[in-house]
Amino acid sequence: MKISLGPPLYYWPRQQMLDFYAEVAAMPVDVVYVGETVCSRRHELRLEDWLDVAAKLRDAGKEVVLSTLTLIESESDLKALRRAATTEFLIEANEMGAVRLCADAKRKFVAGPTLNVFGPETLRLLGDMGATRWVLPPEATREMLAGLQAGRPAGMETEVFAHGRLPLAYSARCFTARRFNLQKDSCEFKCIDYPAGMDLKTREGEAFLTINGVQTQSAKNYNLQGELPQLVADGVDIVRISPEHAGTRALVEQFRAVLDGAAAPAVASDDCNGFWYGKPGLELIRA
Amino acid sequence: MSAKLELVCPAGGLPALKTAVDHGADCVYAGFRDETNARNFNGLNFDDKALAEGVKYAHDRSARVLIALNTFPQASNWSRWTAAVDRAAGHGVDAVILADMGLMDYAANKHPNLRLHLSVQGSATNYEAINFYRERFGIQRAVLPRVLSLAQVEQVIQNTPVEIEIFGFGGLCVMVEGRCALSAYATGTSPNCQGACSPGKSVRWEQTPQGMETRLNGILIDKFADGERAGYPTLCKGRFEVDDETYYAIEEPTSLNTIEMLPELMRIGVRAIKIEGRQRSPAYVAQVTQVWREAIDSCQRDAAHFAPKAGWMAELNKVSEGQSHTLGAYYRPWK
Repeated sequence: MKISLGPPLYYWPRQQMLDFYAEVAAMPVDVVYVGETVCSRRHELRLEDWLDVAAKLRDAGKEVVLSTLTLIESESDLKALRRAATTEFLIEANEMGAVRLCADAKRKFVAGPTLNVFGPETLRLLGDMGATRWVLPPEATREMLAGLQAGRPAGMETEVFAHGRLPLAYSARCFTARRFNLQKDSCEFKCIDYPAGMDLKTREGEAFLTINGVQTQSAKNYNLQGELPQLVADGVDIVRISPEHAGTRALVEQFRAVLDGAAAPAVASDDCNGFWYGKPGLELIRA
Repeated sequence: MSAKLELVCPAGGLPALKTAVDHGADCVYAGFRDETNARNFNGLNFDDKALAEGVKYAHDRSARVLIALNTFPQASNWSRWTAAVDRAAGHGVDAVILADMGLMDYAANKHPNLRLHLSVQGSATNYEAINFYRERFGIQRAVLPRVLSLAQVEQVIQNTPVEIEIFGFGGLCVMVEGRCALSAYATGTSPNCQGACSPGKSVRWEQTPQGMETRLNGILIDKFADGERAGYPTLCKGRFEVDDETYYAIEEPTSLNTIEMLPELMRIGVRAIKIEGRQRSPAYVAQVTQVWREAIDSCQRDAAHFAPKAGWMAELNKVSEGQSHTLGAYYRPWK
């Protein structure tokens, strides 16, 4: 079982992001997804910078994938996508425009978690178009995964989101800007002040969601450490860990140790894994 | 100006379908009574007998019927979706509205003469994505998610031969349709897979000494002081705390209403306006269809001098969620 580090979901200052990926080069991860997937306005690192980061990680022995935007609205978003699709790196396509560009150019690609691959027929078609790996939608259940694995095209790798705040929804509206009564077009890049997003609580003070610009995440960490033997049995090739501004190295090492049988799963009482069991996502079922 | 702008109205059941046709809908859209469509609510939708009658009623009056099969099938239930495509085709419907690529492939191969529309649940927000579905599966119309500004809608239209349908009125999804698992996270009911959001079975209304509380699967979505109108706890339209501030952190309970944009929508070549609300009553369908029919006809007669009548807006506000309306993302500062 390989471990991947998913694309960075938050907006960190340039130097912090570069320092983070310098550290990633020495972490026991096999695959690293880089690039901006959440908001086209974020620009601390531009494509050229991401390509530098990617090259360094590749030289450190990592397989590097360039992730692309989940919500592509404007012509400038499309231009950025077209440029990303001409680099030497494998692309993670997170919407169908990117799939089209890759398929037309006969480029292999990763079918990202927002492509809504719930059934084997869709997976087969993506394989025909050039996908060599697919990522299970985070809301999918183990039962759905089993059905997909049974119909998976030969040579297609399967990746499962296994740790981190769940990316639950995407909007045109920026909820971080909204908190400050700002419009998205003049957002003052407020999300750079929230390296782990903003907590959204119920009026009873219960942690519920996390605001991250146009993306809404769970407040709880999704954690499939306890389910790793099930993932192995199900033929999953890669488990994805979502990067955090603190503690990512320890988390990666912990996953590696659990996979190698050298440590017991560490699951906190406020983690969640309900989606895997077909329950509300915020529930925690003990494996 | 190119082709006529069509009015596409919701039919949660046979009475609503007839009402929509009687009040001037060019098309009605409907679904079967199960999770094959994104309005899978108790008491809604069509069985074969009702659909046969509905199709005949609409066709006799030159209206068209579109069937939404816009959720995502899985290995364990694939045949339910393919059977639904076959049933729709067998009833002679005018198009099916699909979101899943696998199902599009099935429909295109099995029923080559069946017209395919790309559902809003397909999350296609740019012309590359829309043209992808056209080239691969022959879709003839795409319904855009409620996330694009008017200029962005125009950009899409200029770069695709696919007809573009947009939401013009009704409940407002703030999130990209097809890309929202908030309800699945909170309640276990997924719009993508089970066809419902913030389902009634998970809702609790509780009168407390502090006022009316609304909960979804136990999660407090909002509370209302005495005299405040307590709205249905749709997850994204509650009041939450962020940084110690309590407010509608995602969206107010409000409805989309683009009637004032009609001349612009026609000018940029929007082909169809969709009215949201299959879960609403025939009275809603009558009211909204009638106003929009009159507005579209008025705009088509003389776009230069079109102005929404005060009476239209008052009628529409009466049936709007929260009794207020917004232009949503079409008006860029909303974002």
